[in-house]
Amino acid sequence: MTEAGARRVMCRAPVQPGPAGTDRTMSQTVFEKSIRSRPVYGVLQPRAGTAHLCVADGEGAGAICDLFAKAGPDAAGMLARTHVIYVPSIATGSDHFASLQALGAAQCHRSPSFWAAEPRLRKVLADAHMGLQVYLAGTETLIGLAQRDVMEAGLPHEAVQTEHRGSLARRVQCVHCKGITENVTTDPFTCSHCGLNLFVRDHYSRRLAAFQGVNIDAEDPGQVPPAVERFK
Amino acid sequence: MGFEFNNETFRNDFTFRNSERAIKRFPFPFDRDDYMYSVNMEPHVPGRPGSVFEHAFDVDEHYLAEMRDRALVLKDDPLRCQSLPHMELAGWDLLELIMESKARDYPHWFELHKTGNRWTWINRPMEIEQTFTFLDPSTLPYGPMEYITRQAQGDFTLQDQRDENLWIEAGMVTTQADWSLDFDIGMSFHEWHAPVPLAHEKGVFDRALKFLLKLQHGAPVRRFNWTMTVDPLLDTSPENYPKWGPTKAEINLDNIGHRQHLRVELQTLWRLPRSNAIAFPIRCYLIKFEELVTQPKWARRLHRVVRDLHPDLAAYKGFLRNRETMVKWLSQFDDGLPTSPGWWPED
Repeated sequence: MTEAGARRVMCRAPVQPGPAGTDRTMSQTVFEKSIRSRPVYGVLQPRAGTAHLCVADGEGAGAICDLFAKAGPDAAGMLARTHVIYVPSIATGSDHFASLQALGAAQCHRSPSFWAAEPRLRKVLADAHMGLQVYLAGTETLIGLAQRDVMEAGLPHEAVQTEHRGSLARRVQCVHCKGITENVTTDPFTCSHCGLNLFVRDHYSRRLAAFQGVNIDAEDPGQVPPAVERFK
Repeated sequence: MGFEFNNETFRNDFTFRNSERAIKRFPFPFDRDDYMYSVNMEPHVPGRPGSVFEHAFDVDEHYLAEMRDRALVLKDDPLRCQSLPHMELAGWDLLELIMESKARDYPHWFELHKTGNRWTWINRPMEIEQTFTFLDPSTLPYGPMEYITRQAQGDFTLQDQRDENLWIEAGMVTTQADWSLDFDIGMSFHEWHAPVPLAHEKGVFDRALKFLLKLQHGAPVRRFNWTMTVDPLLDTSPENYPKWGPTKAEINLDNIGHRQHLRVELQTLWRLPRSNAIAFPIRCYLIKFEELVTQPKWARRLHRVVRDLHPDLAAYKGFLRNRETMVKWLSQFDDGLPTSPGWWPED
């Protein structure tokens, strides 16, 4: 099991939907092939359920709207049993709450941040009955944090769907000081807690909902390559 | 046993060394002149007398020094030993396995006396005598896994088995080859192996997982892994990488024989009887290049392995920057003669 570190082995960055000529009608993120601990995201599909919980941030609102558009004639019945929790994008601040309100779900709540929304999310999960369907959409950070709460609540894995939309900014744990830096867009970056220069290893912990950051200039202090925007 | 425990250090002045006996019994991991990942598991059955395979858990001349080093690591960073709440039963399974094995294999050092669930454990080298109630954690100074692994060489992880997968959910990890228990705890088999290059594509982890899910109680298996470490540092953790990383830049032809170490992990896997978890002891052995080349067959072979290793593996194992120096230094011990099959030192 040894995992002697591959320093500076740069990981392949996910790519945004392509330039002219590619299909721009689908705005969900297209990822390049990546390593195994990285979450795999799908496309939200309406499912039969006794209740529906949608948690989204930023551009994830679009995925929720698309979800109900796909439901067609069943949408009204679903929405009558739907709870939406929405947070503006932590990366860009983009706020599409109005489009979610227009859906007419039984409950539609906007929180200023995930941490503000989390007590409500946990209450909804704790009160959940058999047959709850969960839909998570937006940034990797939002999906990861919400999924952690869903797992802790003991919901079956198959009741949860995810779709990535919007910023690719990462939540990264410094392996040295253990502090988590939110909204990391460049590689390398500076740990917001201990100040070390970290490269973002493509190794993801669902328990922490974070990628791993490792000191890039440990062997040659001060030799830090220029930061590249990899997770826009 | 014909040896004494060394008074030595794995930090600061690095007085660690292997005796002639320890060199002869070193678990050299290469059974041929080249290396690539494979599942390479074999039954963990008692091997040659005197070898590291003789007993279930090898106790060697470094025992007390390694346990002192572990205590220092834990004092500095308690996150190196973690156990998710549902893993306590597996911890008791591990405690029982280690105590019974050591009392059986090294009766002059270890004793285990049972009266029902009332057990008395004697560890003479560490001067410990402990009476406790099996399965009652309030009767031990630590949780069961931590208690026994503070007295056993090598790292240990415990894997829960569910949903046709293995989940790393407890561990004592202070002598690791650069991986973080604190980060990996809770991951599935493929997740915690994610950073390993080349092996996924070869299907190594798919086959290994399939094999391990069927591992039977009483039929442990073993395999080797290896890497390179500058100075005899047991704690090559990612947490402390900023402290030990700079030493890689200090290797040259004058000091490489003394400071560069081959680091070998003897990994064994055990199905545990009550919890159905899998225990994974990862025993680390270090040997200086200058010690290793006293065995001509190993010197020839290590030169060839390092010279011909896939660059992705050298990078992953963290010695790409010193590979040329290693090859240059080792080449003086390679006369080009063929080497005999197998890893035993004698030709």
